[in-house]
Amino acid sequence: MIPAAFEYYRPSDIAGALSVLAEHGDDARVLAGGHSLIPMMKLRMADVPHLIDLQDIAGLKGTTIDGGTITIGAMTTQHELINDDALFAACPIIREAALQIADPQVRYMGTIGGNVANGDPGNDMPGLMQCLDASFVLVGADRTRTVKARSFYEAAYVTERDDEEILTHITFAASDAGFAYEKQKRKIGDYATAASAVLITKTAGKVSTASIAMTNLSDVPVLSEAAAAALVGTTCDAAAVKVAVAAALEDIDPTEDNRGPVAFKMHLAGIIISRAIARAWSRA
Amino acid sequence: MTKQIVSMTVNGEKKEVLAEPRELLIYVLREKMGMKGPHVGCETSHCGACTVEIDGKSVKSCTMFAAQAQGAQITTIEGLGSPDNLHVLQENFKEHHGLQCGYCTPGMITRAHRLLIENPNPTEEDIRFGIAGNICRCTGYQNIVKSILSAAAEINAAKEAAQ
Amino acid sequence: MKDEVTRDERVSNLKGLGCSRKRVEDARFTQGKGNYIDDMNLPGTLTGDFVRSPYAHARIKSINIDAAMALDGVVAVLTAKDLEPLGLHWMPTLAGDKQMVLADGKVLFQGQEVAFVVASDRYIASDAVELVEVEYEELPVIVDPFKSMQSDVVLREDLDPKAPGAHGPRKHHNHIFTWEVGDEEGTNAVIDDADIVAEESMYYHRTHPCPLEPCGCVASMDKVNGKLTLWGTFQAPHVVRTVASLLSGIEEHNIRVVSPDIGGGFGNKVGVYPGYICSIVASIVTGVPVKWVEDRMENLMSTAFARDYWMKGKISATKEGKITGLHCHVTADHGAFDACADPTKFPAGFMNICTGSYDIPIAYLGVDGVYTNKAPGGVSYRCSFRVTEAVYFIERMIEVLAIEMDMDAAELRRINFIKKEQFPYNSALGWEYDSGDYHTAWDKALKAVDYDGLRKEQAERVAAFKRGETRTIMGIGLSFFTEIVGAGPVKNCDILGMGMFDSCEIRIHPTGSAVARLGTISQGQGHATTFAQILASEIGISAESITIEEGDTDTAPYGLGTYGSRSTPVAGAAAAMAGRKIRAKAQMIAAYLLEVHDDDVEFDVDRFVIKGAPERFKTMGEIAYAAYNQAIPGLEPGLEAVSYYDPPNMTYPFGAYVCVMDIDVDTGVPTINRFYALDDCGTRINPMVIEGQIHGGLTEALAVALGQEIAYDDMGNHKNATLMDFFLPTAWEVPNYETDFTVTPSPHHPIGAKGVGESPHVGGVPCFSNAVQDAFRPFGNRHTNMPHDHWRIWKTANDLGMHD
Repeated sequence: MIPAAFEYYRPSDIAGALSVLAEHGDDARVLAGGHSLIPMMKLRMADVPHLIDLQDIAGLKGTTIDGGTITIGAMTTQHELINDDALFAACPIIREAALQIADPQVRYMGTIGGNVANGDPGNDMPGLMQCLDASFVLVGADRTRTVKARSFYEAAYVTERDDEEILTHITFAASDAGFAYEKQKRKIGDYATAASAVLITKTAGKVSTASIAMTNLSDVPVLSEAAAAALVGTTCDAAAVKVAVAAALEDIDPTEDNRGPVAFKMHLAGIIISRAIARAWSRA
Repeated sequence: MTKQIVSMTVNGEKKEVLAEPRELLIYVLREKMGMKGPHVGCETSHCGACTVEIDGKSVKSCTMFAAQAQGAQITTIEGLGSPDNLHVLQENFKEHHGLQCGYCTPGMITRAHRLLIENPNPTEEDIRFGIAGNICRCTGYQNIVKSILSAAAEINAAKEAAQ
Repeated sequence: MKDEVTRDERVSNLKGLGCSRKRVEDARFTQGKGNYIDDMNLPGTLTGDFVRSPYAHARIKSINIDAAMALDGVVAVLTAKDLEPLGLHWMPTLAGDKQMVLADGKVLFQGQEVAFVVASDRYIASDAVELVEVEYEELPVIVDPFKSMQSDVVLREDLDPKAPGAHGPRKHHNHIFTWEVGDEEGTNAVIDDADIVAEESMYYHRTHPCPLEPCGCVASMDKVNGKLTLWGTFQAPHVVRTVASLLSGIEEHNIRVVSPDIGGGFGNKVGVYPGYICSIVASIVTGVPVKWVEDRMENLMSTAFARDYWMKGKISATKEGKITGLHCHVTADHGAFDACADPTKFPAGFMNICTGSYDIPIAYLGVDGVYTNKAPGGVSYRCSFRVTEAVYFIERMIEVLAIEMDMDAAELRRINFIKKEQFPYNSALGWEYDSGDYHTAWDKALKAVDYDGLRKEQAERVAAFKRGETRTIMGIGLSFFTEIVGAGPVKNCDILGMGMFDSCEIRIHPTGSAVARLGTISQGQGHATTFAQILASEIGISAESITIEEGDTDTAPYGLGTYGSRSTPVAGAAAAMAGRKIRAKAQMIAAYLLEVHDDDVEFDVDRFVIKGAPERFKTMGEIAYAAYNQAIPGLEPGLEAVSYYDPPNMTYPFGAYVCVMDIDVDTGVPTINRFYALDDCGTRINPMVIEGQIHGGLTEALAVALGQEIAYDDMGNHKNATLMDFFLPTAWEVPNYETDFTVTPSPHHPIGAKGVGESPHVGGVPCFSNAVQDAFRPFGNRHTNMPHDHWRIWKTANDLGMHD
């Protein structure tokens, strides 16, 4: 498994990266951790004549927590997210989800930016970012814009990002809500058969806010507003969860693969979502 | 495509090679630098046989271009011990039958090395989770886990004795 | 002479039989200094890489190599047309069929080798593969062996449909052979008259041995000396040399085959693959070394699948549960070419061990081999020639019979075991079991796990589930297996006409150390450690002073290699026998040195002593020195021996396994809470190594039972070609195992050893599967096919109405 030849660029700033993108358009791709892109290149399923390695761009690394706002540089690795105690204190669901991604080696290299920008429906962070209502900062040659995670994903590997833009940062509000990232996979290193991110806040014994998103159950991550709405105002009792799960299942469209047929995935999705809700509620 | 000079520090020695950008780090280490300990197993970053340590991270070197490692500090199994002075992990893998065919072993030990730096007192569960990026087809892992637990205890005992 | 060392210390210094000697291999492996095939780096080596078929069945209209040849660094692109003048476009398979080396007119499976690119490095070779233009015309694809036997589509156009195959007449143009053993009429009569009959159909899915190191070779034709050297991942290097000689016409003494360190085999590296042939041809053509190492996808798609058996069984019993007869029919999907690795007279391997550990008076086995558009192979994946399928079959039939009779499956086994006093036992399907004590092993196992307590706990869990208090259920998996290993006696075991003996040659050096060479080759089993232990005990020289060498046909004596757990039963026996020859000569030398008659000295640990006067002795070191340096009347100088060992029988290791498992019926996720494995492999050479083999074999069994498969869609597209989809469990998915043993030595093996490498796989697969199925038994399950991955377990629960 050897990739086709390419030109390699390692700019030290965003402007340098953007200029290569501007010059080569479709023929150029940015490289973050590389653990999705490089295997695709080796299998010759991704043709990348111009590869732009972002690792030297200092501004893309690290996490800042400013008041209630968390900003994570796109090149921050899963390993760094897991080991960031301040981030854990501000938004514990990140660690819980990141620990369930791939395996230790992949988490040392895999970045949050690569995970969300690639548009792979198997990736875990997109659903989580929708759950958190995160925003993605996209920088282009002549403009910087912010796109909501909830409107970023169009189809498998197709996103709102233009070819000439780079996703540089992710921002979202700190969350002390009850949380859970529930994922079933065949083994360590596999994508989810079904996964769900849930955040719930509780006021006076009742659900005051809820957010429910799902991974690898459609060709894009899915946020189910109807499911969340079904919980708000309830005591998160069995009946309410049942309505929420039914609503969530209305919003997904899994496909058959080696992990199983659609009927199994629909059933499993219901179980995983309800478990995520139960765990998030227990922590609310 | 044009070859470039790539330089990195491997097991404490500065190395320079001429490589095409698409050359994978594993092949450059094995074929241009003589570090044949890391092996190629799956080529899709699932098996971990190619694991090396780069700037304090355990990395699957089949999923990294050598060019990405420009300027990096790399440790391979060859850098962990010498024939006259084996690393405590190497000793314990021998002692507890933590290997059979030996093909996964360099990657496994290199990964375990990093794991113990970050978590000097791992539980069995920590070890199983921490080496889950390394597949072994022979041992069933039980003796690998035993080897790493024993190495951790030995390292900690040595540290205590030194204090 | 004064002896400061006690006898016990002398025994312990030998590091002989029975001690957990640390492995000598580990020094190099732990330091990354192994020498695997891809570590070979001869100057000027070219890289070979295959163009492979994207289609499962297609006619090749044309192959255009011009663009590939035009690429700088490409030396050659070989196609069938280039190999045809040499007669190498097809090659014989181990099963008596023939196989295309490069596609000759058509392709028959996805991933088939179409052209072989030879280039100056792996990068250019990889680019050139993309540039070879092949025009295909798609043909109808057959992936189902039952449909294949009905289809008008002729898969193998090269075969005369009316001519018999390697194993007799063929019934259909896609049929390979029929193999029948036992008394069908008699068996049917017993079953027809029986009180109880249980029937079941089961599919043992296709899987793959998938060692961590893929297959590869380096071929180097030295045109000056006329010598061909072939290094590679060969579990049977001598067989490869003979086949290479027969195919190439190069005389066998001019071929040297070397297996360097091998990164796991498990059956994958027994066969001869197109990559080896193409590399040899390419080296002959170019005059420089050519290396070919497959990648993981190529490994999973084209080399050596295992299993793929559709098995249909009928078992009859009396009202008391005594089994009276067994009928088994197998439809065996062999893929596009019959490349099974079985002894010639056994086209379905040792499937006729399917009466298992039970005293079954009459039985019948019929196997039909069938061609389909799938990769060839049919190798023994950590198993001795289909014994895994046989044991799975009988251990499922026992469970199904227990269900039919509403009986406890442990008790049903107990009342049907062959009794200790019945050994040697002649099975209804033609085997002579050498020794066994099944009842003792079974009782020990059931006691160790508190079987009655487990059943009680299970009943409580069923009740709790039915009350709606839990959504997990509990399974107790049982298996009792009898292996058949150590192939085998030359009278009935050969591969391509080569008798399946094995060999050992020993040279004792003057200073009392030694080198021994064997016809086998370790792939992780630790031969360099354990064979030295056998020799140490036989000849009285410490294992630390004995170097074991294998795998180089220029130096090692001829042997049939390592697979089917044959190393200890056959080569280990050869080692012991060669050791005894050394000892016989040493006895004469000792007697001469001590100035007594030969019969007046006896062997004692590491020396010969005068009978009745143990203070007068000659150590083996002294004897060795004298053998070379002292003129001894009537004796040649030197101390060497060679043994070619033709075993009188197979050996029959056995064991009792219990798995306790929880199953979440909503997600299909199984959790293994306990696994107990009792193995009886006869005399135990190195308990540490045995335990390691058991852990490993059980883990491969877990993989096969719980998810590992090679599946194809209707178009013949391979669905599991990377390690994302081909289930190799990590440390996280694997439990700790409890190991235990009994010792029932083989009566015919020189040291009583039976072999153990494959037992845990053979016994483990039905144990894991039975655990899953046992969990569902109280809810009406009878049989569900493996692999029991999450969705299939979920489906079992769903089909039983457990989600309603």
